[in-house]
Amino acid sequence: MLRMARSLPEEVLEHVFSFIHSDKDRNAISMVCKSWYEIERWCRRRIFVGNCYAVNPSMVIRRFPEVRSVELKGKPHFADFNLVPDGWGGYVYPWIAAMANAYPWLEEISLKRMVVTDETLELIAKSFKNFKVLVLSSCEGFSTDGLAAIAANCRNLRQLDLRESEVDDPSGHWLSHFPDSFTSLVSLNISCLGSEVNFSALEHLVGRCPNLRTLRLNRAVPLDRLANILRRAPQLVELGAGTYSAELRPDVFSSIAGAFSGCKELKSLSGFWDVVPGYLPAIYPICSSLTSLNLSYATIQSPDLVKLVSQCQSLQRLWVLDYIEDIGLEALAAFCKDLQELRVFPSEPFALEPNVSLTEQGLVSVSEGCLKLHSVLYFCRQMTNDALVTIARNCPKMTRFRLCIIEPRTSDYITLQPLDDGFGAIVEHCKDLRRLSLSGLLTDRVFEYIGTHAKKLEMLSVAFAGDSDLGLHHVLYGCENLRKLEIRDCPFGDKALLANAAKLETMRSLWMSSCSVSFGACKLLGQKMPRLNIEVIDERGPPDSRPESCPVEKLYIYRTLAGPRFDMPGFVWTMDEDSALRFS
Amino acid sequence: MEGGVVYENDLNLKATELRLGLPGTERNEEQPVSCTRNNKRPLPETRDQDGGTKAKYDAPHADPDTPHAPKAQIVGWPPIRSYRKNSLQQPKQTEAESAGMYVKVSMDGAPYLRKIDLKVYKGYPELLKALENMFKFTIGEYSEREGYKGSEYAPTYEDKDGDWMLVGDVPWDMFMSSCKRMRVMKGSEARGLGCGA
Repeated sequence: MLRMARSLPEEVLEHVFSFIHSDKDRNAISMVCKSWYEIERWCRRRIFVGNCYAVNPSMVIRRFPEVRSVELKGKPHFADFNLVPDGWGGYVYPWIAAMANAYPWLEEISLKRMVVTDETLELIAKSFKNFKVLVLSSCEGFSTDGLAAIAANCRNLRQLDLRESEVDDPSGHWLSHFPDSFTSLVSLNISCLGSEVNFSALEHLVGRCPNLRTLRLNRAVPLDRLANILRRAPQLVELGAGTYSAELRPDVFSSIAGAFSGCKELKSLSGFWDVVPGYLPAIYPICSSLTSLNLSYATIQSPDLVKLVSQCQSLQRLWVLDYIEDIGLEALAAFCKDLQELRVFPSEPFALEPNVSLTEQGLVSVSEGCLKLHSVLYFCRQMTNDALVTIARNCPKMTRFRLCIIEPRTSDYITLQPLDDGFGAIVEHCKDLRRLSLSGLLTDRVFEYIGTHAKKLEMLSVAFAGDSDLGLHHVLYGCENLRKLEIRDCPFGDKALLANAAKLETMRSLWMSSCSVSFGACKLLGQKMPRLNIEVIDERGPPDSRPESCPVEKLYIYRTLAGPRFDMPGFVWTMDEDSALRFS
Repeated sequence: MEGGVVYENDLNLKATELRLGLPGTERNEEQPVSCTRNNKRPLPETRDQDGGTKAKYDAPHADPDTPHAPKAQIVGWPPIRSYRKNSLQQPKQTEAESAGMYVKVSMDGAPYLRKIDLKVYKGYPELLKALENMFKFTIGEYSEREGYKGSEYAPTYEDKDGDWMLVGDVPWDMFMSSCKRMRVMKGSEARGLGCGA
């Protein structure tokens, strides 16, 4: 084998490698032998860093000198629910600064849950001459000034996607910074922006970019403007409408309806804030070709939803509010046989009593009718083990299953038992399950089922569950492919963590908040595991001002080659080899 | 569940042996670990970032029928992104946010009612002080068991269900969202409430 490797010229190997795109495969190639490692690292064009603190920019640049596309993720997932205090970290500027020097030909930057400043955006805008793609997913820290810099300087920009980011946007004038000569836009997502953009600038931009395929507008774009925009971009494949509300007038209606029927390529719809149901028929003509429908902001009731979904026979993805109710999900199951992904969000998450008739039955109906269903996010107020067992049997190909029963520790409402058996059935039958979120009343038993059966599980989210350390131990010991584990408000403590310390180096990260892990255990882990960063996040003050046995508020553990980070705020402490000395 | 693993008596102890130390280290004595067995936090309740108070946790299996089960909002639960919560736009909340939370306050024996903006106060001490100033009286010491001792007056409020409650029993945020109006009771009626009736 070695002789073969040496006999093939570099150019040939490089050519072969150019067909390999997945990171896993590329990593495998680089491990074959030293010369393959060398060849591979010079021709790798895309890198993905799942935790920006797992490695530092200079390490990446040293190994991969010719990168064109970078994807970075920052804060842990629970930051989405305000569990990570402001200022924790995830600053991208050091990465951009390093890459500005090392990768002048960088084309794509994708960031998730990172802090991006206007300064960062300005640096991107002026450093990369062939910059094409900027995706900022759930990021924060920048304003429309930074966007103006991107618009003004990135001559070859194809994609600007601000999905779900928090942008300080005092004005919409940044859009006018795209020069008149700029025509390369393919995808624009500004749905998260709060204030109005300049409508005529928007219309002009849309009109002069013939390759525009994706346009997600923000809530501030009124319905009467939508028709103008659609008429300028009939080639759109993905559209996010703004506010879908106006006084019901036949002329406005026919204008909208006409604009929509001109868009023969539309496959995906989203947006639809403040929907006036009378305008929904305007989209009926294009429903049959829709594959993706996001109505999770649309406060329309189940009769209107039923009328709509029953015309979407090609639907593969539906995001919707629980206004759809069981009856609407039955219609979904009957008409949308290609459905693969369903997300049902709560319309009144803090109400004590249910405001809609959405129960476990809705999800059961969908599992019966939609045989391709593999990805579920479902918020509801009641569940039974029987329902979960039925769903598990109907959907053995499930890959992502996230159930959120709104009241913590809710039992099976018929038998009053914990939901261990139901979730146990999910992991037993769904052998390809990669992501699971638990809720309801759960004992250590559910974790034993998970450890025994969920062999492909990569991400597990746990809240208000379990009885003892045995629960955590089952998961850490049994789930061979576990990469991310996030836990809140569970009675898990030191034992399971310390007994499975080595496991933590095989995972990307572990988050535990409001659990029972003591400061002493954190210090011990920090001493013994130098390739882990053990971050104690505690807003009550220094952990050594309390007894060692006292539980820490929040704990974030991740593997890293970069050592402790230098940008920690005052409420984060890293336990390292010296921490025993520092804290005594 | 068919074919389920028997867990209670038949643990494979060797494989799943839990020790306090790391695998490979030899520790013969377990270090005593206090205040980690259950979910009770050793510190008193503190305000969280969102302004609500942390919910109390008792045994892992909370009894849903407990009359005093506090329904204070838990931070980050249910797990919904902020932009989703904001876009659901519950109109009552936005009204309260922009216009202030004014409630009528009556005092037994006083000829006319007053109105106060609850949002101006950060908690009960401030509110009670303001009431004392407004109506020129003294409220006694509050205790959970005995209500307001040492005074003829008891501050009460009408909640969303129409019941008259003693001011101070529930967390501040819960009081703010459920208080419809207030009444400072005097005399025997006040004493009745104060004795935990």
